[in-house]
Amino acid sequence: MIDTLIDVTLLAFLAITAIAIIKMRNLFVVIMLFGIFSLHSAGLFVVMDAADVAFTEAAVGAGISTVLMLATLALTKNHKEKIPTHHARIPLLVVLITGAALVYGTYDIPDFGDPHSPAQQHVKPRYIERSVEETGTPNIVTAVLASYRGYDTLGELTVIFTAGIGVLLLIGGRIADRPLPTFRPNFSSKLRPILKDKFRHKFRTKLRRKDKE
Amino acid sequence: MKHNLILRFIVKYLFPVIALFALYVQFHGDYGPGGGFQAGIILSVAFIFYSLVFGLKTTEQVLPPGVLRIVMCTGVLIYAGTGVTTMLMGGNFLDYNLLSQNPIEGQHLGILMIELGVGITVSSVMLIIFFAFAGRGRPEEADHD
Amino acid sequence: MIDIIISHYNYWVVIMLMMAGFYTVISRGNLIKKITGINIFQTSVFLMYISIGYVSEGTPPIIAEGFTKYSNPLPHVMILTAIVVGVSTTALGLALVVRIKEAYGTIEEDEIHDQDMSL
Repeated sequence: MIDTLIDVTLLAFLAITAIAIIKMRNLFVVIMLFGIFSLHSAGLFVVMDAADVAFTEAAVGAGISTVLMLATLALTKNHKEKIPTHHARIPLLVVLITGAALVYGTYDIPDFGDPHSPAQQHVKPRYIERSVEETGTPNIVTAVLASYRGYDTLGELTVIFTAGIGVLLLIGGRIADRPLPTFRPNFSSKLRPILKDKFRHKFRTKLRRKDKE
Repeated sequence: MKHNLILRFIVKYLFPVIALFALYVQFHGDYGPGGGFQAGIILSVAFIFYSLVFGLKTTEQVLPPGVLRIVMCTGVLIYAGTGVTTMLMGGNFLDYNLLSQNPIEGQHLGILMIELGVGITVSSVMLIIFFAFAGRGRPEEADHD
Repeated sequence: MIDIIISHYNYWVVIMLMMAGFYTVISRGNLIKKITGINIFQTSVFLMYISIGYVSEGTPPIIAEGFTKYSNPLPHVMILTAIVVGVSTTALGLALVVRIKEAYGTIEEDEIHDQDMSL
């Protein structure tokens, strides 16, 4: 009973925080709300009996992600989002239609916490019964992550490694005050007549209208 | 920020506690929640905390960026090396039963080695990313505020 | 009616969070806000997976004396990997935002678009 109450309250807080993130314009406030969002979802993971996941989400979401976003905000020096010039009607419509379709799909999902749902049937009993005698570790999540599915964890480690190398390549250097050479394709003098001739048969009316202007 | 007495004291007191907690989480991943990823991030958070108070230059004297890059590669090599070792012993890739006489001992040893590799890589990658963001655009400044 | 709401409440709030993140990505022009929207979307997907693996009156999947009902450990493993991959993607995206700011001078999407179009 108390579990359900904590669950409902935390989910309500998450929903309110998400709506506040959409509405706020001050980016510092948005990043702080994002840290709060991560911490609430870590609490929700604990209530739903996922201890490892809660640990990782609290450390990663409320720790590293927030620090990196604050560092980006300090580097871009842009603290306020621009006021949108027109109402976003089409995105709202798309979002509502997608949400309605997904809610229609949830009528087939087994109940929350059902021990006889298909997700709990096929592989899970085998892992729970045989993991201590095969690997000797009581923590089934570590046993699956490191021993049964160790190859996937190698791939995950390579993804982190690649992210480190990518960030080093992008902003590893210290010097940022001279303007960087950017590639601007130059259609001005030599290329435009060649393009005009090549695509004359396709863009005949367009080119004529442009020549008139 | 290093002129603030309370922050200096708190960092000097908390840094070994956080590092010890990271090592605890790393090696007790078998018996409770934890493992390599969480431990690596907690260890990197300790160093980030130190660098926020005492400045980027001081932290880079402790952890030179060149050393961090070598450590990042070493972690991945430890993980892949465990797999190649089991292949050289005659089994499949990452087959931990061959690492010792007793298969359960082999599993324990294998899981320990790869979690070590994971923890080393994750902590050094997070530190590299933080140093890259914090050091951008300030080639001669000493402090990061 | 009430038991349908109680048993599916988790999933509906998760869908609402997913749509909130999706809306932030497609309707706002600021790049940092877009990355925040992607992260909200990711976290709500993780919540959905863990909700599917939850067993009521169970315990975390760590074998101990006296407990028989455990939560499903397989979604936990998947989500552990997904969280770490998500932070890697966020770090790379933020590095790209820093470089875009240095190249264009702004991080609003329509101003970047205008600068590209006015060649």
